[in-house]
Amino acid sequence: MSTLQGNDFEDGNVLGGPFAEIFVHDLTAATGQCRFCGLDGPMAAVHVYTRAPGVVVRCPGCQEVLLRLVSTPRGLELDASGLSHLSWKL
Amino acid sequence: MTSELLGRTVLSWRVAELVESWPETASARALVLEVPEWPGHRAGQHVDLRLTGPDGYTTERSYSLASPAERSPDGWRLQLVVQRVADGEVSPYLTDVFAAGNLIEVRGPIGGWFVWSPREGGGAPVLLVAGGSGIVPLMSMVRERRFRHDRTPFRLVYSLRTRADQLFADELNRPGSGDGGVETFVLHTREDSPRRPAGRITAADLAAWGWPADFAPRCFVCGPTGFVEEAARLLLSLGHSPDDIKTERFGPSGP
Repeated sequence: MSTLQGNDFEDGNVLGGPFAEIFVHDLTAATGQCRFCGLDGPMAAVHVYTRAPGVVVRCPGCQEVLLRLVSTPRGLELDASGLSHLSWKL
Repeated sequence: MTSELLGRTVLSWRVAELVESWPETASARALVLEVPEWPGHRAGQHVDLRLTGPDGYTTERSYSLASPAERSPDGWRLQLVVQRVADGEVSPYLTDVFAAGNLIEVRGPIGGWFVWSPREGGGAPVLLVAGGSGIVPLMSMVRERRFRHDRTPFRLVYSLRTRADQLFADELNRPGSGDGGVETFVLHTREDSPRRPAGRITAADLAAWGWPADFAPRCFVCGPTGFVEEAARLLLSLGHSPDDIKTERFGPSGP
């Protein structure tokens, strides 16, 4: 499937595995705030696009990109510039 | 035990062996994987499976756990259900080729949000809303409740295309002892069922077979993206609080 359709995404629940390689705490149990629209909500509810090189995470409110995670033979690249805040209740 | 693990997730890939499998429907297969060590998991959590080809190419998929882990002489047994996606890269292998004795890598348990355990929620009733194979993590909650002898009132509204597509049919249609308090309503989108004509889930279904919003039930909705969006919208329209609705969607590739 090469086109990006409205429903062509999974949700933040799938981020637990890939992000366990980066964060000690479970990303799906965190809340995050979008830098673009200010929406502050559970990371489990974000939109996740995996049919791309890497993982692209978009805000469910405004569809801007919150996170990009790319794994290459040379290493792991995380662009988190779309998030202004992440928090965990411990 | 598991909450500590959720607080500090250090997940690594483990090698699992397929010890048992059976068809749940014509296109879905239950897989029982055995791992030597397992930290336990909460109902609703999932695992990632990793396949590696002879050329070193690897691919990963997330699958919901369908039941609590079971102790076995050689470790722990984990049950998954894989729905075959016709043009899928992974699911046809898992449903049609992957055989007892074969090995696969597993990472988990994963997910600290779309989970239920008897201790949480202060006795609030639970509404489970499943679309298609979205039943799998919700079945894990039903089984966890039974396993723990918990008395939280559960209602399950399960939407599927036809009767032949129903997962866990025997278990849901003839609940075992200890399942008192789990009420199941199945609706079909492509054929009439005894209680309802064919059609997609409606507010009337959720009003009749769910809980009144005044009871503040905790709602867990799982299914394909379109189904989840619609069911969540209907629950909100019936007055349920967004804070009480947890959703898990799977995309076009299926779970």
